[in-house]
Amino acid sequence: MAAILAVTEQRGGALRKVSLEVISAARALADQLGASVDAIVLSNGAVDGAGNLGSAGADQVLAASHDAFGLYSPDGYAATIASIGGNYAAIVFAASAMGRDLAPRVAARLGTGCATDVTGLGVEGGKVTATRPVYAGKAIQKITLGGSPAVVSIRPNTFPVSTGAGKAGAAGTVAVPAFATRVTVKGVKAPEQAALDVTEAPIVVSGGRGLKEPGNFKLLEDLAAAFGSAAVGASRAVVDAGWREHGAQVGQTGKTVAPTLYVAVGISGAIQHLAGMRTSKVIVAINKDKDAPIFKVADYGIVGDLFEVVPRLTDEVKKLRAE
Amino acid sequence: MKIAVCLKRVPDTTAKIVVGGDGKSIDESGVKFVPNPYDEYALEAAIALKEKAGAGETVVVALGTDAAQETIRTALAMGIDRGVLLQSPGSADGFEVAKAIAAELKGQGYDLILFGKMAVDDYNHQVGVMVAELLELPCVSAVSALTVEGGALTAEREIEGGVEQLACQLPAVVTADKGINTPRLPSLKGIMAAKKKPLETKPVSLGAGSITVTSLALPPERQAGKIVGEGPDAVPALVQLLRTEAKVI
Repeated sequence: MAAILAVTEQRGGALRKVSLEVISAARALADQLGASVDAIVLSNGAVDGAGNLGSAGADQVLAASHDAFGLYSPDGYAATIASIGGNYAAIVFAASAMGRDLAPRVAARLGTGCATDVTGLGVEGGKVTATRPVYAGKAIQKITLGGSPAVVSIRPNTFPVSTGAGKAGAAGTVAVPAFATRVTVKGVKAPEQAALDVTEAPIVVSGGRGLKEPGNFKLLEDLAAAFGSAAVGASRAVVDAGWREHGAQVGQTGKTVAPTLYVAVGISGAIQHLAGMRTSKVIVAINKDKDAPIFKVADYGIVGDLFEVVPRLTDEVKKLRAE
Repeated sequence: MKIAVCLKRVPDTTAKIVVGGDGKSIDESGVKFVPNPYDEYALEAAIALKEKAGAGETVVVALGTDAAQETIRTALAMGIDRGVLLQSPGSADGFEVAKAIAAELKGQGYDLILFGKMAVDDYNHQVGVMVAELLELPCVSAVSALTVEGGALTAEREIEGGVEQLACQLPAVVTADKGINTPRLPSLKGIMAAKKKPLETKPVSLGAGSITVTSLALPPERQAGKIVGEGPDAVPALVQLLRTEAKVI
């Protein structure tokens, strides 16, 4: 029977949530192809959460263990996946920092193309098809993957996680082949405050020039804290001005986000910003200019002074969550 | 140091996208084209590294139509020494593009090969890494801080909730992210000098590849929603809507 390989991610011995999205996407594709799903876990020991892979849709969970696999090993991970990749009809990665580096390595080693950042997967005439936003989401491309295997990476926060399978996957192992370490990952520097990434947070609160000065982002940090699981994003203008780290930038030359709730504060809505957040499920805009383009894409808007509206919103959200 | 920078000509990020008559690509009429913004970081890194080394050569390699000559001239005006245009309409399959670029770079004695982390048109995010794999070179992608010293490099790349620190020997491939530097603007002197710098053109033909674009469409328009109200007094109504109507909090 044909099989699909789902590449999971762990950090510090804990499975990352995006891994469940990868397995669910692989499962949906496998059901259309009449295939099974193997999930691979690359690590240097036991991984917390690996037991959930079966219920997300993996028929088999393959452990690939190596002393160098505690951290990401670009060469080792690529060599391991490429060593078995040729047996699969498709390989599904997350379009995460790791997956964006790893998927093209594996595709190149298998001598085939790679579709990155896909938001939809299907099967037509026995071939895998994918939809993917291009021009930062200003257009949607539909493609057919003729290669074997079809190598894809899925955009985080886009594919629903299924938990219904209700079975434990069979356990297996993959022998890690000998590999040359060309690049060494020395370590991971954690930020001073553990912060959610804008691409993975269910709620994103973003600020623009309307905040007037960098210190005022405290208002958005407070609002994000009130929501709980939220990240603070920024427009290109304020990142270019050095107010916020570039990793927080949402838009065509920054990150493309698709949270459940996106709150745009003091952001007028330049075309390149809209491109980066238009697939958010619900958009709220707070802006003093009632004609700002951001209101044309927002589901809900408040016209007013953000310095009055945002603190009130923080209070109301706190009240709601306290109930 | 001998450094190559791979460059792509792309529509300006402020351009409005209109689907062309073939239903698979964009209508390029009236669209302004620019060097891919992430490639500008790679160009700046190359020029700065050569300046620091005090010697060496920087070469820009672009794969594209003849129109990309103008994009190459922009790189030469910034300070790159010479340019190579691989004449091709391109491919939806990044691996085919990577093969053509790798063939051009192979055996040329480059210490460092730089790319932008992705092109802002096709969002493929893969060609630099694939070139490194084809050339069997170390590769660090999406680099936001880079130090090159004594035949080796150290780099940082952003990952979710942290920064990964990496190291490798030269020769190597690096793809650049925002944050690595601030690209310089071409000076008037640079623009004049660029006109006389060598620009070689070579036709290349790409393989059919395994990825076929079947359609390109604009995303569904978002319906403009409602203005809940004005000022802080509208906040309770907003919170209520987010909870009961949108069910997101």
